Formats: sequence, C-alpha cells, structure tokens
Amino acid sequence: MGIEAINAHDKELLTDIQDALANCMKCGNCQAVCPIYKEIGKESAVARGKLALMEGVLSGKVGITEHFEELMGLCLCCKACAANCPCGVKPDELVIRARQAIMKARGLGPIKTGVFKLLSNRPLFDFSLRMAGLFSPLSFKKLPGRMAAVARFPMPGLDVKKVMAPMAATPLRSKYSEVIKVKNPKMRVGFFTGCTINYMYTDIGDSVINVLKYNDVEVVIPKNQHCCGTPVSVYGDQERAKVFARHLIDVFEDYKLDYVVAACGTCTEALKLEYPHWFADDPQMKARAEKLAKKTYEISEFLVDVLKFKKDKLGTVNETVTLHDSCHMARGIHVTKQPREVLKAIPGIKFVDMKDSDRCCGSAGSFSMAHYDLSRDINDKKVANIKATGAGACAVSCPACRMHIMDGLVQNQVDTDVPHVVQLLDRSYKAGKAY
Amino acid sequence: MNKAYVDELIKIVGEEYVLTSIEDLHCYSYDATPGYSNMPEVVVRPANAKEVSEILKVATKNQIPVYTRGSGTNLSAGCVPMKGGIVLVMTRLNKLLEIDLENLVAVAEPGLVVAELNTAVAKHGLIYPPDPGTVATASLGGTISENAGGLRGLKYGVSKHYVMGLEVVLSTGEIIKTGGKNVKDVSGYDLTKLFTGAEGTLGIITKAIVKLVPAPEARKSMMAIFKDLDDAGKAVSGIIAAKIIPATLEIMDNASIRTTEDYAHVGLPLDAEAVLLIEVDGIKEVVEKEAAKVIAVLKENNAAEVHMAKDDAERDKIWAARRAALPALAKLRPTTFVEDATVPRSKVPDFLKAVSRISKKYNVTVGTFGHAGDGNMHPTIVCDLRDKEEMKNVYKAMDEMFTEAINLGGTLSGEHGIGLGKLPWMEKQHGPQAMNAMRSIKRALDPALILNPGKLLGEC
Ligand SMILES: Cc1cc2nc3c(=O)[nH]c(=O)nc-3n(C[C@H](O)[C@H](O)[C@H](O)COP(=O)(O)OP(=O)(O)OC[C@H]3O[C@@H](n4cnc5c(N)ncnc54)[C@H](O)[C@@H]3O)c2cc1C
Ligand code: SF4
Ligand code: SF4
Repeated sequence: MGIEAINAHDKELLTDIQDALANCMKCGNCQAVCPIYKEIGKESAVARGKLALMEGVLSGKVGITEHFEELMGLCLCCKACAANCPCGVKPDELVIRARQAIMKARGLGPIKTGVFKLLSNRPLFDFSLRMAGLFSPLSFKKLPGRMAAVARFPMPGLDVKKVMAPMAATPLRSKYSEVIKVKNPKMRVGFFTGCTINYMYTDIGDSVINVLKYNDVEVVIPKNQHCCGTPVSVYGDQERAKVFARHLIDVFEDYKLDYVVAACGTCTEALKLEYPHWFADDPQMKARAEKLAKKTYEISEFLVDVLKFKKDKLGTVNETVTLHDSCHMARGIHVTKQPREVLKAIPGIKFVDMKDSDRCCGSAGSFSMAHYDLSRDINDKKVANIKATGAGACAVSCPACRMHIMDGLVQNQVDTDVPHVVQLLDRSYKAGKAY
Repeated sequence: MNKAYVDELIKIVGEEYVLTSIEDLHCYSYDATPGYSNMPEVVVRPANAKEVSEILKVATKNQIPVYTRGSGTNLSAGCVPMKGGIVLVMTRLNKLLEIDLENLVAVAEPGLVVAELNTAVAKHGLIYPPDPGTVATASLGGTISENAGGLRGLKYGVSKHYVMGLEVVLSTGEIIKTGGKNVKDVSGYDLTKLFTGAEGTLGIITKAIVKLVPAPEARKSMMAIFKDLDDAGKAVSGIIAAKIIPATLEIMDNASIRTTEDYAHVGLPLDAEAVLLIEVDGIKEVVEKEAAKVIAVLKENNAAEVHMAKDDAERDKIWAARRAALPALAKLRPTTFVEDATVPRSKVPDFLKAVSRISKKYNVTVGTFGHAGDGNMHPTIVCDLRDKEEMKNVYKAMDEMFTEAINLGGTLSGEHGIGLGKLPWMEKQHGPQAMNAMRSIKRALDPALILNPGKLLGEC
C-alpha cells in the first residue's frame, strides 16, 4: 500500500469522532492545566495538539504512524483539559478513541500484547500474581514502616528505582470467605476489590471489610471477579475491555446485592459510568450495565451518602492529614466532599488541603511504567505540594495513586505515609475500640 | 525533509529542540484562529536571545520566513506559517528575571505566562493589569506583540501602557535594546511602542521591562439589567460623565444573555436587551462612594434591576455570568469567531443594533458581549467551517460588521490584532498613504521580509 492508501484507511478509523473534534475551537486553554504539556512543552503533548493530530489523520495529512502512537501514549487521561474546556470537548475520551484506532491499524505493541493476554486469562493471571506474591520478599526489598518496596534486582519493564507495593503473600480474596456475615445485617454489599487491592494493597481491603462489618453490612466478595477493564480500555483494546466488563456484570449479577462498593476511583468509574457507555449499541447489555451502575458506589461516597457511617466509637488519630483527589474521583465520579467528610469526622485529625489537590499525580496506571521519568517529574510537583502541608499522612482513594505517590515521597526522602481514606477510618474505629 | 539550513539550526539549539516530524509540524500549523493552517518546514525552540539571533542569521541568509509563536492563542492567525519556513517557539524563554520594588517594574522573558507573572508580583501587593481572557495561557511576548487588553482596560489601559523597555532581535540577528526603567524617556523614536503590537513582523522580543501597579485595596461589583439597549448605552456614558472610571464596565447583548442563561443558569432575564456588569476599585472609602454614584446613574437611566455584590461569593457569581458568555456561545456550534471590532464608547448601542440587524440579514448566529467602557465589542459568530454555504454568509456578515465599525469612527481590532483575518479592511480604515508609511517601516526594519511575512500589512 502506498502512503495515500494507508492514510485513507487510517482515516476511516476515526470518522465517527469527526464532529467531536470539530468542537475544539483551538483556544489553547488546555495548556494551563495539562500536566504532560507542563513537562514537555511541545504542542503535540497538549490536548489541542492531540486533537489536531487526530484531525490530521482525518484530513489525510497525518498517518497512524509509530510517532502518532507515541504521542497518543503521552496522555494521563486525567481529564484536567476536559474540565477546563470552554467547548465541552473531552480530549481524554478522544485520545482513547485514537488508541483504539491505533490498535486496529497497528496492533498492540509486543509487551502490551503479552501483558493483556495474561490479563485476559483470569486463572493464569491469578496464578502469576500469586507466585509473584510468594516470591515478593526475594525480588523486592521492603521499606520499613510503610507499605512500600523497591525492586532488589532489575525486572523487565520496571525501573529499578521505582518503589512498588509489595505483592501480597495471600491475595485478599483468598484471605476471606466469599460471604462475610454480621449479626444484624442492614444490607448486603458486594465488594469489587480491583486488582491492586487484591494482589498488593490487601491492607486497604481489610479496612473496607472491617468498616463495613462494623456498620452492619454483610460483605460479599465474589470469588470470580476480575479486572474492571480500564487498563486495557485506555490503551485502546476496547474489545478485550468489553470482555472484562461482561464478565464482571455476569459475576456480580449472580449474587443478590443491594449495593456494590469499590475502594478505587478508577474502578468505580468503570462500573458506574463507563460500562453503560461501552455497551451503547447493545441494548440488552446496556440495561444490565446500567443496573450495576446504579448500585455502585465508591467507599467514602457509600459511607457518607448511603450508610451514614457510625460516629459513636471513633477514637483519636493524632495526625495532620492532607488529601490527594485522584483524577477519576475529582473529574470522573465527582467525589471530593465525601472523603473529606470521613477524614474530618475523625477526632485528632488536623485536616489541611494541599495546593492543587486534584492535579494528577502522574501515575495513570501503566503510564508510569512506560514513561517513568516523565511521570516522576509530574509526581515531584505533587510531592512538593504534600510536603508544604507538613502532613504526616496524605490520604488517597486510589491504590494506584497510593503506589505512585509513595514512590515520589521515597525518592524525595519525604517521610509521609499514604493511607487510603478508609484505612484512617478503620484506625479510628480501632482506637475507639469499636471492634 | 532534507534542508541544509535545518542542520545549521540543530547546531544552534541542539537536536532536541528542532522538530521536523510530520506530526510535530502539523501541531504548529495553526493557532486559535479558525480557518487558517499551513505546515511549517521546521519548528525551533530556542533557549535565549543569542540562539534567537543565530537562528535569524540563518533564516536571513537562506531567505526563510520566520513565524514567531508564544502560546498560540491569538485570534488573527499571527502564528500560522502561511509560507512554510520556520516556526520559532518562544516558550522556553520563560524566566521572571527581576521584580524591582523600588521602581515598580518587572523584567521577564517573553515565554513567561502572564498569570505566572501576576502570581509572582501579587506577593508584593502588585499587579500587572493587562488580563486577556487567556491570561492563564498567553505569553508575555504574545500579549505585548498583540498589544492585548482585557477586562480592566477601561481604567488600567492595555499592554502598551505597561511596556517600558524591550530587548529585540532584528531579522539580521542584531540584538537591540529599547526604553528602560525610566518613567520619563523621550530619547529618540519610541521603538518600544513600535514593537508593541507589531505581531512579530518587525523583530523578536526576547526580554521585556514592564510596569507594575499597586493592587487596589477594595473593589465593588454590580450588575444592571436593561429592557432597552439605548438606556444601557446612556448609562455607560452617564457613568463616565459622572467622572467615575470603573476598572471594568462590560456589556452583554440579548443574544449572549439568552445563550449564557440557557447554558449556565445564572439568573439573567431572557427578555433583557442588555446587561451591564461593573466593577469599581481603589481605596475603600472612594470605592464605596463611587459604587453609590454608579447605582444612582444606572437607576436614572431606567435600569430594570440593579444588584450589588455583598461579598466575594456574590462578586464571583456576577462575573461567572460574564465568563460564561463565550463558552456558552462556543458550545452552540463547532466553529467560533471571536471578533473585536471597536467603536467610540458613545456608539456602542448603534453598533450592537447593527450587529443584530446584520445577523438577521445573513441568518448567522452572533452573540455580542464586550468592554462597553472602552467600546471594544466581541461580536462572536458561531458556525460550522465545514459548511461552505453557511460560511459565505458568515464572511458577508463579517464584512458588513467591520465596515459598520469603521463608518461609526471605530477600528477593526481593539485587542486581537490584524494578522490575516482583518487584512482586507486595513486600507479602508487607514488609507493608502498610511499603509505605505507602515510598509516603509517594515522594509526598513526587516529588509529581507522574512518576519511573519504577509501578516498585518499584506505583501510588502
Ligand atoms: C478564548 C480567547 C479569549 C481571548 N481573550 C482576549 C482578550 O480578552 N483580550 C485580548 O487582548 N486578547 C484575547 N485573546 C487573544 C489572545 O489570547 C491574545 O492575543 C494573546 O495576547 C496571545 O498571546 P500568545 O502568547 O498566545 O501569543 P501567540 O498567539 O503565540 O502570538 C501572537 C502574535 O505575537 C507574535 N509573537 C509571539 N511572541 C513573540 C515574541 N516573543 N516576539 C515577537 N512576536 C511575538 C506572534 O508572531 C503572533 O503574531 C483571546 C483569545 C482566545 C482564544
Ligand atoms: S480542547 Fe478545549 S480547551 Fe483545548 S484547545 Fe480545544 S477547545 Fe480549547
Ligand atoms: S487528559 Fe490530562 S494528560 Fe491527557 S491531554 Fe488532558 S490534561 Fe493532558
């Protein structure tokens, strides 16, 4: 195929977003907020440039080349541009559309193909990560006091310096029985753990369970649940993402649940907002997705808005605490008040807001693996803002942010812990001898 | 691409800062102006004046056009490389070099974002007043080159009132300094003013000395609703006649009131013909007195309703309405033209009526808001650039609007610049002799005619 023919073919892959692209008035307002643009300084890094490149594909001026793929990779999908756009354009969603087109035109890169294949095979994925958990002490050196570890020897695809969460010796879902009974159950709630909490941050999962139990909730942790699909969706593998979504809907439908909670902004957004979207042209699946969406809550949101969590036995937690509003919490599901409400209810906590609390930490899932140095530069700004508050703990609502911020703090020798909001509540209940 | 001069550019700034891939070039083929784009041959991102000078020497030697770019937010196609050549991106020169509290000036590089300059000087109780709607993104060099204004223009003036001195690289590569920190300075031609608003056609600004002023200690915001456009016009003149110069005196016409209300639900009455938004600032006692006087004038001129903000929250609400005007219009249709034809203050109602008549005549959607106090209107046309038939009408409507502005004794552009979009009406406004005088200046300062060629004056 000649260049023209290839470009003509590429063009077809994006025709359905033509109108969405035309809505960008090129005002450049996104330059003020895009964390990637702030670091790189090139127009191709900012939303306006990325949208222009997609238009370039449509007009046949630009092809879906390796460089195009690289440039579309340089997006955190943090939605800061969308929130700031006078024309209501959603560049983050359009970038994902471009990545889908790239997938079709160029396929996934070799590394992603391997990882995504592994991710698709639930038993194999589970097995691999369990093995990693068993061998975790060998390959990672634990850092004292905090849930953090650095790789002892270089691992493929992992920067040696990067601080990761230790892999759990026993995944969360193996630690607990599938249904956790309480004496006088008020309701029956499914816990969607997500991968990171299941395999790495089981401590967050423990706290979710403790807190829900104490609030008279029967907790159900469906054994066969799997990844929510966002990690593959944001890289454009939409077909595979839908397989995940379908599986998750199947699994959670099997239990009679009043609600579903997740302790991760990104996972919650997938169930609550993305799935109905993904099945837009499949009415039957869409209806099922919407049913699940209506039941789904992020943990702080659930504790404050639905459960009205018990406040009688909150013990003192003497700590200055600040909060990182992750992208999917702040601009995805719009949950920023509830985590603050949880934190402020805890006696002894001195709450201090940091500057730009809703600015992306630079993690963006696997983005921080593929572009470690860049994501560190973005992270350093977050760390500086955390440091300026003098907080002993920076609370988060996303395990991936927890890992990335922890990495930044360690690299910058800042001695702040990064607990999930629900862990601080758990700690307070424990201090108040609630259980 | 295989151009020998590109290797020379790489030697000057280093490989990392010379962009030649199709993808990168495509990203510098446009700015914020609808309807103009063209691919450059190469994009260069220098770090300092010396590198800029070397680049210009190469460009002059090879006769390559140079299109300087700050943040690329201008609305007159000032950064679009119509003839290919070099796009010279100034954003790496972004240092704030000095805040001189004794002389109340700041010295900064052109790539510094204006809002960042303001944040830095705010710590000292100072402001840099020119605040275009793009203050959070626009570069100092870009605003100086467009002579940008903003909401506070009526009382505080526009960029040219704050630029005291410049460092400029000429197309030959020579580096010159103009002006300085002196409040009074009549030594020679005022080159500082000449380069201010020159839209990158005369030289490249690599450093600027700008004036700072004390931040006002108090402010009061008001909103008045008018059922009759002429009353609103009279109120504007009345406020000035009462010897009050508000920091901000804005107007929104019925079309922009309706779209804004529909989008932002800020409580504007849909049948109002005009809304005035006013802010007075300064010393607390004076502000109180002036605000009372403004309210009196508004009522005298039959304002149907007058609101005064009691606190910051109410103040924010008033200005949210004004800020929502552009996004509300922009969301209606894919393409948005924000024009800035300006008329003498007293002619604002006449101009608004003309715009509304023209929009009906050509069946195009136009909402107008703008700086009533200084006559600077923003008739904002929303349309779809892809619809050829509609665009014919849009361009006809624009033509009539600009002609109307000139006939009312106004000007084509109050703050966005001429660039390419308004070139066709330049001769109508200035006459052939004045155009010739301007072209001679261009030829004298840029004999190779490589700096932003074809813009502002057309071909020389
Ligand atoms: C939504 C919106 C609202 C706006 N509101 C306003 C407003 O209220 N008031 C207003 O005045 N403008 C407004 N503008 C226009 C625009 O923001 C201003 O013109 C701004 O000053 C441009 O700054 P920039 O850094 O983006 O310059 P650019 O667009 O990059 O450049 C502007 C011009 O200056 C030249 N230039 C840039 N840097 C240099 C340099 N260092 N040396 C020499 N020449 C240089 C360029 O060649 C070009 O001709 C608005 C634009 C948009 C999109
Ligand atoms: S994406 Fe939105 S903010 Fe960015 S240039 Fe386009 S219209 Fe402006
Ligand atoms: S989603 Fe975030 S990283 Fe991506 S373009 Fe928008 S602001 Fe930049």
